[in-house]
Amino acid sequence: MTSTIPTRVSRDSEKRRDLLERMVLQGPGLLFITIFMATPITLVAIYSIFQRGRFGGIVYKATTENFTRALDPVYLGVLTDSLKIAGITTILAIAIGYPTAYAIAKLPTKWRSIALVLVVMPFWTNFLIRTYSWIMLFNREGLLNHALLKFNIIHTPLDLLYTQSAVVVGLLYGYLPLMILPLYASIERLDPQLGEAAANLGATRTRAFFSLTLPLTASGLIAGSIFVFIPSLGNFIVPELLGGGKTVMVGNLIRDQFLKARDWPFGSVLALSVIALVFIFFMLQNAVEKRFSSDAHD
Amino acid sequence: MTSPVKNLIEIKNLTHDYGSVRALDNVSLEIRENEFFALLGPSGCGKTTLLRILAGFETPLEGSVTLAGQDLISLPANKRPINLMFQSYALFPHMNVGQNVAYGLEREKLPKAEIKSRVEEVLKTVGLQDKVKARPSQLSGGQRQRVALARAIVKRPKLLLLDEPLSALDRKVRSEMQLELKRLQLEVGITFVVVTHDQEEAMSMADRIAVMVEGTVGQVDTPVDLYQRPATAYVGDFIGESNFFDGIIVPEGIKHASLGVLPGNRYGKDISGEAHLLIRPEDLRLAVSGEHSIPTMVQDVQFYGGASTLVLSIEGRSAPILMSQPGATSAQRGALVNLTWDPLKAIVLPRDSRRSAL
Amino acid sequence: MRMINTLRKVRPLQLILFCTFAFLYIPIIALMAMSFNGSHSPFILKGFSFRWYSVLIHDTRVIHGLINTLIVATGSTILSSILGTLLAVGLHRYTKSSALNAFALAPAIVPDIVLGIGLLALYALLSVSLGLYSVLLAHVVFSMAFVTAVVKARLAHTDKYLREASMDLGATRTATFMRITVPSLAPAILAGALLAFTLSLDEFVIAFFTNGPTTPTLPIVIYSMVRFGVTPEINALATLLMLVSFTAVIIAQRMTRPSEEQ
Repeated sequence: MTSTIPTRVSRDSEKRRDLLERMVLQGPGLLFITIFMATPITLVAIYSIFQRGRFGGIVYKATTENFTRALDPVYLGVLTDSLKIAGITTILAIAIGYPTAYAIAKLPTKWRSIALVLVVMPFWTNFLIRTYSWIMLFNREGLLNHALLKFNIIHTPLDLLYTQSAVVVGLLYGYLPLMILPLYASIERLDPQLGEAAANLGATRTRAFFSLTLPLTASGLIAGSIFVFIPSLGNFIVPELLGGGKTVMVGNLIRDQFLKARDWPFGSVLALSVIALVFIFFMLQNAVEKRFSSDAHD
Repeated sequence: MTSPVKNLIEIKNLTHDYGSVRALDNVSLEIRENEFFALLGPSGCGKTTLLRILAGFETPLEGSVTLAGQDLISLPANKRPINLMFQSYALFPHMNVGQNVAYGLEREKLPKAEIKSRVEEVLKTVGLQDKVKARPSQLSGGQRQRVALARAIVKRPKLLLLDEPLSALDRKVRSEMQLELKRLQLEVGITFVVVTHDQEEAMSMADRIAVMVEGTVGQVDTPVDLYQRPATAYVGDFIGESNFFDGIIVPEGIKHASLGVLPGNRYGKDISGEAHLLIRPEDLRLAVSGEHSIPTMVQDVQFYGGASTLVLSIEGRSAPILMSQPGATSAQRGALVNLTWDPLKAIVLPRDSRRSAL
Repeated sequence: MRMINTLRKVRPLQLILFCTFAFLYIPIIALMAMSFNGSHSPFILKGFSFRWYSVLIHDTRVIHGLINTLIVATGSTILSSILGTLLAVGLHRYTKSSALNAFALAPAIVPDIVLGIGLLALYALLSVSLGLYSVLLAHVVFSMAFVTAVVKARLAHTDKYLREASMDLGATRTATFMRITVPSLAPAILAGALLAFTLSLDEFVIAFFTNGPTTPTLPIVIYSMVRFGVTPEINALATLLMLVSFTAVIIAQRMTRPSEEQ
């Protein structure tokens, strides 16, 4: 009669070959990520409930004191400051980055790639050096004050360095290209005929922008915001170099707990709070994306 | 004395699902050695699934496929003496024409000299001998297809499968390729199986055609037999132009609700109850007085390719009747004409619910 | 010429573009200008000099840092390219679930400070002594995610029948992977590798937490230099780095342009 049995055997051996191929391809990578990302993060989560040993190790006795300590106004203040600074940086990045990306997209094709390369090139100088350059500019005897004094715009040097604003400028400077590039990518993909159609239907340019251009470039906006907000939130280099001792962000706290105070459990709680804030940020972005993409598809 | 016809491929009781849809339902089929065979049907009829099972990219749920008597399903795709020409050609973009064609021979671990000569030979057969070093991106659609063909043929497979070979070509190239493929098949002596939704392609190239619908085989026959002797209303409707009448079976043909008895031949089929009558447009003619006929009114007259097509309406019927005749016609729009036909040319078919009621 | 014509009709958009570029480049130009400043303090100008370049080239910390960075970058690029490509192909072919895909790309999104302390904790737990290889492995995990993303994006646009065509012609799965899949992905793999290399060169935070005390990478060397006040050497280093990137871009342009014209 039929060869149902050989067919089943063939199907099984095909499935086995597929499984083997899948393991060879995905296995090494996924194992690596499990060991070098998932395990470290899990450790951090685990350490947060334990106690600091006398000489800096871990005492495996569960406690919630690290969490309650994090709620102390001092630390809470640092967390809110970090959120504030990262948030302002992101908003400024959008405010500057969107028009810039738009302007680049409107350039003649030949100039576009040159403009993009120019946007990215500062990025290839070391981040620390770029941050340091603002010390040179903002210092009391620095170039900016030098120039302002020279042209008699001010009469006494400004205290620009070691302020929250200096930190914002430093973060903005470091991550602005990461906002411009994804924004450019999604603006560039816009169909120019849509704008013409809108104008044809009587929309003013501002109305067309808010109802048409903005929603359609939402994905670029979201990507750019992620690339600016997350590194800004956890940053400790810029607050240290440009904020002096006065502006402390959660990144500095974490670094101090892990390397100076050697209080790993408490540092872990702070790290968890960063992860939590990032997670909330993602959820917000998801909601924004859902709202905008459904509008665009209507 | 004709040599006995040998079956190359025997497909028995093949059943397979595609997701939650039954793609093939107990399909049985034979394909003969050296024939140009076509699987014809609309999208979703199962022809592509059958093709992929033959090629080895799907393993069916049930059933058997043998090639020259040997079980095929237990062989993985890369071990079958079958080659497939993909609808998108699937040429390797990082290799030139020569390397693409040689690829299959290299997998067989043949000596370099033999590979080189066979590649040259097959490229000459398809007329691309001076494009050996060209990249696929530099070729036209028709040229790319010939490379895909050459790549498959050079391995001298027992069976060559072609997936919608002409669909991506523009009209002029398409008719050239139809002749090319036919010529090629005869020249290299390989069994071809073409999968297509275009009946013109199938009818003009194939020796035999399997008309498929909804996972089953409706009829397997030569193009002429499919056209002149459709076994089901679906096949009759699918192939060529047709006029359908619905009625109840009577010995002379069918009895239509308003037009009375319409004569036709059921060709030995066992039919009872509801039935269809199928008449091809070229089998209708204007009646002379005294002949049995049906009254119609001329709605439109079209002249194309040296033949006239009359679009006629019958009272109480929404679908028009099509009648065609060679040369020009004197009939004019609005004229009342009586139509008749040779009962032997009208085919009585069993009722098929897939046909819309007329 | 065309630039001048364009400037004639300056509109608000182009003004913004100009301001943004000014913002991006004034610090860099300042750095570069100061690198030739003969005096020690950047706040006093004292004539043109190559003095700081000479100091830079003879600074052994910088040289060792550079060598360490290159070792880590090269090693992590090779490893992450292999792992990332395999993973991308595997995910593309076998995984529709967004959970696993998100997991594969997660290392790129995790804040570097979290990854840094987590890896430090892991290494401490396993009593791994820190050195260049601990940094190398750490860099692989996030570089890999970028390679996976780039290769996956490219896979979405490649003909999915190439693999079946290869098997139809008699190739085994392994032969298909080596001779068809990888070569057709070559541009994407290269782009991913370049990205991985660039990211590793400049990476500071994770290296800071996972490095051993005797094998600092260049960013770590720079950090120690910058923390302790103004060092004009840095300006020289910045200028040189800019020059290298600029040259790399020009070379890349030259390499891609001829094939476009063909």
